[in-house]
Amino acid sequence: MHPAVSVIFFTVMSGAGFGMIFLLGLGFPVDGGAGKVFLVSLTGGGLAVAGLLASTFHLGHPERAWRALSQWRTSWLSREGIAAIMTLMLFGLYALIWMTSGTRSSLLGWTAALGAAATVFTTSMIYAQLKTVPQWNSPLTPAVYSGFALGSGWLLASAFGNHGYAEVWGMVLVALAWSAKWLWWVRAGRARLADSGSSPETATGLGLIGKVRLLERPHTGENYLTREMVHRIGRKHARTLRMLALLLGALVPLVILALIALSGAPALFILAAALSMSVGLLAERWLFFAEAEHAVSLYYGHR
Amino acid sequence: MTRLPATTEKRLGLVIDLDTCVGCHACAVSCKEWNTSAGASPLSDVDAYGADVSGAWLNRIHTFEVTPEGAPAQIVHFPKSCLHCDDAPCVTVCPTGASYKRPEDGIVLVDEDLCIGCGLCAWACPYGAREMDPVENVMKKCTLCVDRIYSETLAEEDRIPACVRTCPSSARHFGDFNDPDSNVSQLVADRGGIDLMPEMGTRPVNKYLPPRPKTRSQPAPAPALDPTPAPKADGFLGWLDAALDRLG
Repeated sequence: MHPAVSVIFFTVMSGAGFGMIFLLGLGFPVDGGAGKVFLVSLTGGGLAVAGLLASTFHLGHPERAWRALSQWRTSWLSREGIAAIMTLMLFGLYALIWMTSGTRSSLLGWTAALGAAATVFTTSMIYAQLKTVPQWNSPLTPAVYSGFALGSGWLLASAFGNHGYAEVWGMVLVALAWSAKWLWWVRAGRARLADSGSSPETATGLGLIGKVRLLERPHTGENYLTREMVHRIGRKHARTLRMLALLLGALVPLVILALIALSGAPALFILAAALSMSVGLLAERWLFFAEAEHAVSLYYGHR
Repeated sequence: MTRLPATTEKRLGLVIDLDTCVGCHACAVSCKEWNTSAGASPLSDVDAYGADVSGAWLNRIHTFEVTPEGAPAQIVHFPKSCLHCDDAPCVTVCPTGASYKRPEDGIVLVDEDLCIGCGLCAWACPYGAREMDPVENVMKKCTLCVDRIYSETLAEEDRIPACVRTCPSSARHFGDFNDPDSNVSQLVADRGGIDLMPEMGTRPVNKYLPPRPKTRSQPAPAPALDPTPAPKADGFLGWLDAALDRLG
């Protein structure tokens, strides 16, 4: 699949944003006055909004994006839009009350947290629902998206908040998220298009005669299908990118957290761990798209 | 409305005969011509006369080589367009309701004014039946020539999809699969029509007729030597025979 930069940014940034909203809604301790609350809320909400805005850049008609809220009965993309907007409105209200009166409404907070979890889940289901991409079509996909949202959200919230065990929990959550991703990678390695039961033989129905091989493409140049779904250029540096994802996404944040925990350095330094993890996740998300094989490739000579 | 109808009154679709298709691409060209001049917006091309030509088509003709066990390979031309699936995954994923399946005839269509061009329907389709228009930025797909088949102004014989009308080898057939006596239902029953990628659970309406089995020439047995000597020729042939004998 073609790795669209806007979608990569969207899933990583809004994942962290909604992860942060989830934690703040559940009552993640943040000391300080209205200014601090404003800064924290702006970070969580801003990341979520920025991600959502980025995602509209890959639309052919961004001006019609509001129409995407109508088909929640069947469409995960529609559900995601609704969940995101509801969550942001609830969280906005929660943050406003928190800022002005200093009290954190647990009812509003918990509802916003539920909304944030639902948003990340619906985002992941957009990919996990697709039978045409066997590597995505797994319950591990929501687990990975939720794990990364919670992990990166925790690091951001910890940097501004006052959780007593921020570093330890951060290490646990980051490790858990990457364990889920590791399982996802192991499964993806075994759930390639060639293992899915679909083949050029089933795609053409000609398997009852014999082995099928593409002789001629229908067109001499590229088309939307080959650019979008038979895209393979992005896989060139797969190995390096996976190492980079693990290094910046897992190892560096874990080391930073350990150092802060041991040295007693200010929690603000966790921001460095959060930034490193986000860059690692950009590489991870690139691979999520670039390495995914779509069933339509079978019509273009790939197994 | 992206919820699929439980059943449709008619199930209009195509039968494509892989035995008689000659791979001439006339159906694809005719489709492009009709759908660029009619309908909501043109079927665009980019750099149409340049080196990097690209554009949206609703029908594409692949060519495959099929190799049976212990027999020579054969060539199969393979036209591919929307199969108007009963369980169309492209419809249910659409966030705006632009994609829908008509309860009256089962045709899967895109309302271009509602399409936001997110491309998710194309991801959901295993057949590559949907292509983003590079100029209009909306999703394009086969309409089964909905603007021809119900036309009251076109001549009676033209009220079929453009691809079917133009096929020079009668490899394409149009009809209602809900009617067991229709030409398409009969063809599927007689020739063993097949679904593409049934494992995807899309339940396609369009069916493909597999190539008929090849009559393979058996290696002829070596002719037994005739033990009776050839009758002796006389006259001119006798002289020629003797002359050739002398030459060795």
